[in-house]
Amino acid sequence: MDEASVARRGLSPRLWLAGGWLLLALLAAIFAPLIAPQDPLAQDLMLERLPPFWLDGAEPGYWLGTDSLGRDLLSRLIFGGRIAFIVAFAAATSACLLGSALGLIAGYFGGWADRIISRIVDVWMAFPPVLFAILLVAVLGTGLSSVILAIAIIDWTRFCRVIRAEAMSQARMDYVESARIAGYGRIGIMLREVLPNVLPSVVALLSLEMGIAVIVEAILSFVNLSISTDDPTWGSIIAEGRLSIHQAWWVLVFPLITLILTVLSFSQFGEALKARFDPVLR
Amino acid sequence: MLLQRFLVRLLTMLVTLFGVAVVVFVIIRIAPGDPIAMMLPPGASNDDIALLRALYGLDKSIVQQFFIWLSGVLHGHFGTSISLRQDVLGLVFNRLPATLELATVALLMAIAIGTTAAILGARSRGTAVEAGIDIVSGATLSIPDFLWGLVLILLFGVLVPVFDISGRVSPQLDLPFATQFYLVESILRLRFDLTWDLLKHMLMPAVALALPLAAIIAQLLKQSLKEVLDLDYVVLARVKGFSETQVILREALKNAALPTLTLVGVQFTFLIGGTVIVERLFSYEGLGNMAIDAVINRDLPLIQGIVLVFALLFVLINLAVDMTYALLNPRLRHG
Repeated sequence: MDEASVARRGLSPRLWLAGGWLLLALLAAIFAPLIAPQDPLAQDLMLERLPPFWLDGAEPGYWLGTDSLGRDLLSRLIFGGRIAFIVAFAAATSACLLGSALGLIAGYFGGWADRIISRIVDVWMAFPPVLFAILLVAVLGTGLSSVILAIAIIDWTRFCRVIRAEAMSQARMDYVESARIAGYGRIGIMLREVLPNVLPSVVALLSLEMGIAVIVEAILSFVNLSISTDDPTWGSIIAEGRLSIHQAWWVLVFPLITLILTVLSFSQFGEALKARFDPVLR
Repeated sequence: MLLQRFLVRLLTMLVTLFGVAVVVFVIIRIAPGDPIAMMLPPGASNDDIALLRALYGLDKSIVQQFFIWLSGVLHGHFGTSISLRQDVLGLVFNRLPATLELATVALLMAIAIGTTAAILGARSRGTAVEAGIDIVSGATLSIPDFLWGLVLILLFGVLVPVFDISGRVSPQLDLPFATQFYLVESILRLRFDLTWDLLKHMLMPAVALALPLAAIIAQLLKQSLKEVLDLDYVVLARVKGFSETQVILREALKNAALPTLTLVGVQFTFLIGGTVIVERLFSYEGLGNMAIDAVINRDLPLIQGIVLVFALLFVLINLAVDMTYALLNPRLRHG
């Protein structure tokens, strides 16, 4: 049985695994104050660098151990998920709306609109994205909205390039021609006929972009340029873990596993959704 | 035909670079803080401030300011680094070789790993081996270089500490180098002890950069190989008695490589972009690491110098890939 037919029956294991992890992490983030075993900011030097629960010297209630300031790692990971998901949804959606709109215009209308938008994409592609993000956040000022804005400003090109190409090939198809003969206007055709057909690609890219946004936020907090230093973020926990790697490996290992699972899940979830909604594969 | 294509691409490249210059200028000007105030000691008189503003052209209109700035950049005047108090261009060229060496080693690794996996997958198509390669490469390419770097630090820096995870070269070594291309120079000077030390430091960051690209190469090249392997001339080679591996290496590979080559070119710029954070992770003294310091220190002249050099590098790579593609593709060469 090939992948497409598995996906059609809704059995795709990767859709369930990826979706399951994302749902779990999202619920944990939403209900963080209820389920986190400790206060994520509470420092206690008597409890510094406690190992995870299966090792000697672990304290009950500190399941994944503590960092060098005695803060509970599990609680910090759960609270860090809040910022990760806010950034993922807000930044990816903004990048998607901006990029898809420009991509549709460039691909469907062509001509000067396409030339100008494509040149802007070229300019954007000449910047190293991570450096661009760090620079934008430094200029805009640290904080949640700056991080979201920076990611949207940088990553709209991912959507624009793919949607432009798709819209171009759709615009040449017969159904667009028949819609035109039927008397629909150009913008009407673009929104009614072309947009629904590029939607599977948009959805897959959106999910992928959420994973990328989580990583960019982690990188920004890793270099200490994201949200305020008090709030726990996955990147700031990783930065702390990188420093104390020889004394307390768990401070790096658990946020790293969390990030890898989240990024993998976003990309697999996106591809599984695409396989499910793609009219050609279906 | 080729020349025409080259000139068109060159013109597009210049337009792109002009766009980059505009964006950099705008970002630098949005940045809070008066650049003149940063240059003068506290208690400077208003006359002094006005004098300096006029000297730097800051009393002119924003469009005039842009062209004054651009003409300076074109003449190589990138200014003086605020945090390091040295000429920006000198600082950038001092660090660029380290980044270029790292990126090149990573690219070669990605090509080696990706091609091997693709050949292995195409040779055993339809078997569990191919399915395994698909799953591994799919997961590998979804995990970005930043996370690979951290995984490698844990595995080979802490769990089995075999490789160095910090710096470019062991600090106690005496370096007889005249240039910053340490790796190249250590080989040319036959100082293989230094080459080994440099490679030991470079290996982990290079692998972190290489893995996602290797996975992409493996997937795309395997796909093209499988398509080529059904063509008549390949079947003929098989009938002639060549083994499947020989068929792939002698006949299929050179015809399947063209789409991968184009992709590798674009992906190489992404790889270079990745050096910014990977160098930071491994405290590797390259351009990217310096860029992050420059941003943290709000060293605007240094930032703009580094960003412009990266952009120039990216468009040059794209130009080179495009021309290589045109030279290798018979349809374009004779078209």
